[in-house]
Amino acid sequence: MTHGGVLALTHVAAETQQVAFWLLAVISVSAALGMILVRKAVYCAVLLAVVMLCLAVLYAILGAPFLAFVQVIVYTGAVLMLFLFVLMIVGIRAKDSIVETLKGQRVAAGLAGIGLLVLLSLTIGHAVIGPAPAQTAAFGAANVNSIARLIFTTYVFPFEVTSALLITAALGAMVLAHRERLEPKLTQRDLSRLRTASGQPAPLPGPGTYARHNAVDMPALLPDGSPAENSVSPFVSHRIAPPGTEVGGRALADEQRTLLGSGSQEGEPE
Amino acid sequence: MSPGDFVALAVVLFVIGAVGVLVRRNAMVIFMCVELMLNAVNLAFVAFARMHNNLGGQVIAFFVMVVAAAEVVVGLAILMSIFRARRSASVDDASLLKY
Repeated sequence: MTHGGVLALTHVAAETQQVAFWLLAVISVSAALGMILVRKAVYCAVLLAVVMLCLAVLYAILGAPFLAFVQVIVYTGAVLMLFLFVLMIVGIRAKDSIVETLKGQRVAAGLAGIGLLVLLSLTIGHAVIGPAPAQTAAFGAANVNSIARLIFTTYVFPFEVTSALLITAALGAMVLAHRERLEPKLTQRDLSRLRTASGQPAPLPGPGTYARHNAVDMPALLPDGSPAENSVSPFVSHRIAPPGTEVGGRALADEQRTLLGSGSQEGEPE
Repeated sequence: MSPGDFVALAVVLFVIGAVGVLVRRNAMVIFMCVELMLNAVNLAFVAFARMHNNLGGQVIAFFVMVVAAAEVVVGLAILMSIFRARRSASVDDASLLKY
């Protein structure tokens, strides 16, 4: 390959990197903004994953292929999965409340953010940041070897301390997440005794089946026409009709009217 | 494209993370915003490493990742024990010392 060809190739590579940088910058900043604007915690986790994957590509552009892989494996793979696991336990439906506990806190936080942004931009704007020097082998093919040499020579003590930190963290998590069993575990005999004593030895009644509605979310009707509340799983009724609304009840009333036909029309209050 | 662009992006991400920590009420989301700030600082470290042709920045970013992983493990365990006691992940609900 001629000298000119190499130069042209480098030029094309630089332009590709520039396009990739601006693309990833826009994606990651908008994902980060979405993270603080979206109300559901799960969406936040997914948007954070987007930011982290963008950062991994940026690391690769900056000549850190090792860190790019560590970012994908450790952050996106392990840390975010841990976040999602805990979200599943803590409650996937949990939303942030809009109520401000401290008055004007959001405005103050926004102003503080703008102030921080101005401060940092001024500081960085005053610093002289020249163009990147020519890429050496340590930022390319020999990146992993060079980092390994640094970690196991210059930074070997911090590296060893890191292992102590990780073991302590694992132990701490085990201690914090462990729950002591305070009462003995119930055997099958205990459970059957409890069931007999509870007054409901048989299974709960099944939901009603109607012409126009799905069976599982509509309560069955008792002989006197009133709905049997315990025939619908509380989780289903919570999802279908959140507390405060009477959607389920009204739909059931409609259904009843249809079922009873013209006989009830005279006694209709409306 | 100079490393300065990367540092500017890191600044923007850091500020967004800081505002998120101040604004959000859900402890999980606050944690995620802290992670975002750590990631932004990592990006600055890697950019400075490239700028000075010195791998030390990358090694420090690596250590930051290790410490962040440990922090997330312990933090989420604390969060779970709080949730077990109070059935809520909102930072506003942990206000027993006030009364």
